[in-house]
Amino acid sequence: MQSNAALEYDYTVAKLFTYTTILFGILGMTVGVLIAAQLAFPELNYLLGEYGTFSRLRPIHTDTVIFGFMISGIWATYYYLSQRVLKVSMAESKFLMFIGKLHFWLYFVGALAAVISLLLGFSSSKEYAEFEWPIDIVIVLVWVLWGVSMFGLIGIRREKSLYISMWYFVATFLGVAMLYLFNNMAIPTYFASGGIGSIMNSVSVYSGTNDALVQWWYGHNAVAFVFTVPIIAMIYYFLPKESGQAIYSYKLSLLSFWGLMFVYLWAGSHHLIYSTVPDWMQTMGSIFSIILILPSWGSAINLLLTMKGEWNQLTENPIIKLLVLASTFYMLSTIEGPIQSIKSVNAIAHFTDWIPGHVHDGVLGWVGFMTFAGLLHMAPRMFKREIYSKKLIELQFWLQTTGIVLYFTSMWIAGITQGMMWRAVDEYGNLMYSFIDTVAALHPYWVIRTLAGVFFLVGVFIFAYNMIKTMTSSKELAQEPKNQSPMAA
Amino acid sequence: MISLVDAQGYAKIIMTVVLVIILYGYILHLYRSEKKGERDYEKYGKIALDDDITSVPIEKNPNLPQKKEGEK
Repeated sequence: MQSNAALEYDYTVAKLFTYTTILFGILGMTVGVLIAAQLAFPELNYLLGEYGTFSRLRPIHTDTVIFGFMISGIWATYYYLSQRVLKVSMAESKFLMFIGKLHFWLYFVGALAAVISLLLGFSSSKEYAEFEWPIDIVIVLVWVLWGVSMFGLIGIRREKSLYISMWYFVATFLGVAMLYLFNNMAIPTYFASGGIGSIMNSVSVYSGTNDALVQWWYGHNAVAFVFTVPIIAMIYYFLPKESGQAIYSYKLSLLSFWGLMFVYLWAGSHHLIYSTVPDWMQTMGSIFSIILILPSWGSAINLLLTMKGEWNQLTENPIIKLLVLASTFYMLSTIEGPIQSIKSVNAIAHFTDWIPGHVHDGVLGWVGFMTFAGLLHMAPRMFKREIYSKKLIELQFWLQTTGIVLYFTSMWIAGITQGMMWRAVDEYGNLMYSFIDTVAALHPYWVIRTLAGVFFLVGVFIFAYNMIKTMTSSKELAQEPKNQSPMAA
Repeated sequence: MISLVDAQGYAKIIMTVVLVIILYGYILHLYRSEKKGERDYEKYGKIALDDDITSVPIEKNPNLPQKKEGEK
């Protein structure tokens, strides 16, 4: 244990995860733009043989942004802020430092293996759970290491009370552990059959409707416990810290937490409306999705009220701009989702482009902006240098905001057009349009979506450049900033 | 006789009602204990603001080893 005079927070592991957030962000979003372009211009499918087809690249896009960009961002911010709110440094425990580093390196090797396995065509074909069983085992080990690291740090904390962000991180750990284990239960066919077929192949232990139910219980709660819960953990720390304002109502944050935990796990069946699952389960999925507005907006309004009397910061500080827009996109996304889960709306929305439109206003606006803001706030404290350029953050913000708006508006129009065309019938009850008619009608919107992706991706490159310059050549800081992050014009 | 699917439906509704009661009980508990002066929840919001390693904790962890506590 070190003496107090020399004691500082240790950001070694937070820095490592910061690098992978940037790396996987660029990789996952570049593939995203490419597959968006492939939908608009199908000949782009044949650039790289089997490795460049939409079907190979789509899971690489989703899994790289979820398990690469977002999970890295979650762990970068976790390893940064957990020390600060628990008032204990990782440098105080050699064991926890070792576990933290092992956590990172096993994650990094596992993530690379996962990307390669998908590129080679190994897939369990379950959405957001495509990894085959050997990769799943590595993911479970990585998750256990995070648990050891987190509960170990909680065990040696100086601050008795766990700040609300820690509640959300603990919930992320427990939620994903439960969901991932149950949904990925599978039997490796090579061993079960006595050596027939590929060693990588496996089949789910669930079948038919049960498999669909478990899959969407997992799939929707992957949205809950990766796209929502840990991102709320981040914003409850970074918005107050960057603005210098304590959370508007700590009590509201507590009851929003329990409200979210209580409701979210039951909303997954809205993915299976008009399918073979019991009707009551579909209805309850819709009802719970509507109720979900309350805890979601409870947190979002609490965060916006935190800025009460300090709205001038919105024009002065681009990090506050990112944080406030993140919270606003969270509100938009969490009203849109419940609307889509209403049975009569779902009849039009299901399987259409409106669904990826909804997902992307959430992940780009809410998760993306929050992650960028978090890392920008952390950079001057971790690297002891001011942020390289305020103008570049402003440019990134406006490019990406334009990209997000173009993305979701084009997908709203495309999705509703698609849904209406699929169900349109003539006076004799015959379908009016063939599938290819809808494809021709939607082409302009898919081009707009590609353009939107390019806008957002350019913003990611600007962010990466700004971060690298901050790490390497920005002006050094004599002391740690208290609230607003220092940045050069 | 009631089918398994219906029984699952009824069980879910009963569980939902019980959990709603627990959630509302928790909300009441939060506001009551603050009104009675037993607990000030809003002070925990300061944990994020005053988060230097040398900052005095809002509530010290009583389970810390003596040596470590003495360092503060």
